[in-house]
Amino acid sequence: MPSVPAIETSQLRKVFGDNAAVKSLTLQIQQGEAFGFLGPNGAGKTTSIKMLVGLITPTSGRASLLGAPLGDRITRARIGFLPEHFRFQDWLTAREFLTLHGQLFGMERRHLTVRIDELLERVGLNGFRDRPLSIFSKGMLQRIGLAQALLNQPALVFLDEPTSGLDPVGRILVRDIIRELREQGTCVFLNSHLLSEIEVTCDRVAFISHGELIRVLELASLNNGRITAAVRVEGLSPETVSGLSTWGEDIRWEGNHLILTVQNESALPEINRYLVTHGASVYEISPKHISLEELFVETVGKEGGL
Amino acid sequence: MSAIFILARMTFVQAIRRRIVLTGLLLGICFLVIFSIGFHMINTGSITSLVAGEDIGIQHIINTEKSNGLFLAGLYAVAFLGIAMAALLGADTLAGEINSGTIQVIVTKPIRRSEVVFGKWLGFAGLLGPYLLLLAGGTTLSILLQSGYVAPHLFVGLALIYLESLLVMTISMLCSSRFSALATGGVVFGLYGLAFIGGWIEQIGAVLNSQTAVQVGILTSLIIPSESLWRRAAYEMQSPLSGLLGISPFGATSVPSLLMVAYAVVYLLVALGLTVYVFQKRDL
Repeated sequence: MPSVPAIETSQLRKVFGDNAAVKSLTLQIQQGEAFGFLGPNGAGKTTSIKMLVGLITPTSGRASLLGAPLGDRITRARIGFLPEHFRFQDWLTAREFLTLHGQLFGMERRHLTVRIDELLERVGLNGFRDRPLSIFSKGMLQRIGLAQALLNQPALVFLDEPTSGLDPVGRILVRDIIRELREQGTCVFLNSHLLSEIEVTCDRVAFISHGELIRVLELASLNNGRITAAVRVEGLSPETVSGLSTWGEDIRWEGNHLILTVQNESALPEINRYLVTHGASVYEISPKHISLEELFVETVGKEGGL
Repeated sequence: MSAIFILARMTFVQAIRRRIVLTGLLLGICFLVIFSIGFHMINTGSITSLVAGEDIGIQHIINTEKSNGLFLAGLYAVAFLGIAMAALLGADTLAGEINSGTIQVIVTKPIRRSEVVFGKWLGFAGLLGPYLLLLAGGTTLSILLQSGYVAPHLFVGLALIYLESLLVMTISMLCSSRFSALATGGVVFGLYGLAFIGGWIEQIGAVLNSQTAVQVGILTSLIIPSESLWRRAAYEMQSPLSGLLGISPFGATSVPSLLMVAYAVVYLLVALGLTVYVFQKRDL
């Protein structure tokens, strides 16, 4: 039933003592969508995820996952979760750990064995399959935690800061996995304060600050698909520069870089040909992606989560 | 495979891997060695020579009473070791896993939180049983080999001691579902101390014919019935003579009724139910 939203919440609220960690969360996320949940530390991201996966009970409001009300036990067989503070049963080996969690998912042993081998390979821990988790580094634990979250080939997966313990290679791995999941039709709910991570993996992003949802936007719609490019170039005549208006607008110099905004990426090779045939020396043309960072600071404010 | 069984096995494996079983075994073996040496020295020592040449019947009675007294003293220590193990296992389990966060990837699986509690309970019950059997069996065997004596109603007594450790483990798990491991340890040993003192007040009260003291003892048994289970066990296993005289320091003078045993069972079930309830309600 692709028509049923993967996540639907209505005025979800959680109060701890006299502190409202999440004030009123209303969201609708479709199946197959990669959704970024962005906010400074202490904004209520983890509390929101914990309410959705059933670790904490909302003070008020309603929510459903894959069409079933929050806390439905059977639906949890189709949901994966990687918590923020990934601490696991470190007296188990990697394979035993995944076997335990696969069994808790209710998976059949034969299918599970195959799936475990597949996932250990995917997260790059094949060489550590029979080593205890107690010797694992922070990054390795995060990788095995991710494998754990994907064991059941979930329709919906919650990743709470999935790259916090990872080095750059590990981060790229996680990004690739998120992309694969999306292609397979899995809905990914990604909590992060790393903007670049969300920028390259998500379809939509929500900004949350002080427990309130401030803004939800589609990343593709930023700048209406337009791209700002920086061109490092020498030997340009003023006529050649004004000739660039065929492809772009807002043409200006920033140091030795010529900045211009084009309608889409395919304009870039054409600009390159144009410049070369007009005798200019082109050293570099780099498209600048939308600056989520600027948007974040603008939306959340400079004080962040303080 | 049922989630309860998966988690019980996990709990069991955890205790083995974390060397809890090994530590328990070493401690148990130490205890058995010391107990056996002590029994040997008393059995062959001066008391026997005191009655040398006396009537063979009297010698037999003295031998029986001595063996029974030492057996009960030994089992008192066994019951204590069992309680300590039960309290420690129960104290760390839920509190420790909530604190470290390992519980988060367990309870978000398609299982009930009650299954987590029952699975852990069953795993610990499976550990405590063989542990007590090893210690009590070793004590019994040591005495049997050295003096040929076996206490009466051995299995009833052991079952009651097992029930006592299960009760303490369940109370420990209940506290652990709400408080930290350290606070749980404090509460459980505090309760044990209360039961211990209450038990002795009742005993001494019975010897001195003080009805008030006996009632105070019964009241503490209602608050925590662990010690009364031990005293029922001791009553079952004591020799007929010391039962008549009421003189054994580890035996039972004021005997807890079977009603108290039934109360302890109900107490355990209620504590287990409450553990499930508290754990289900708790934000993790």
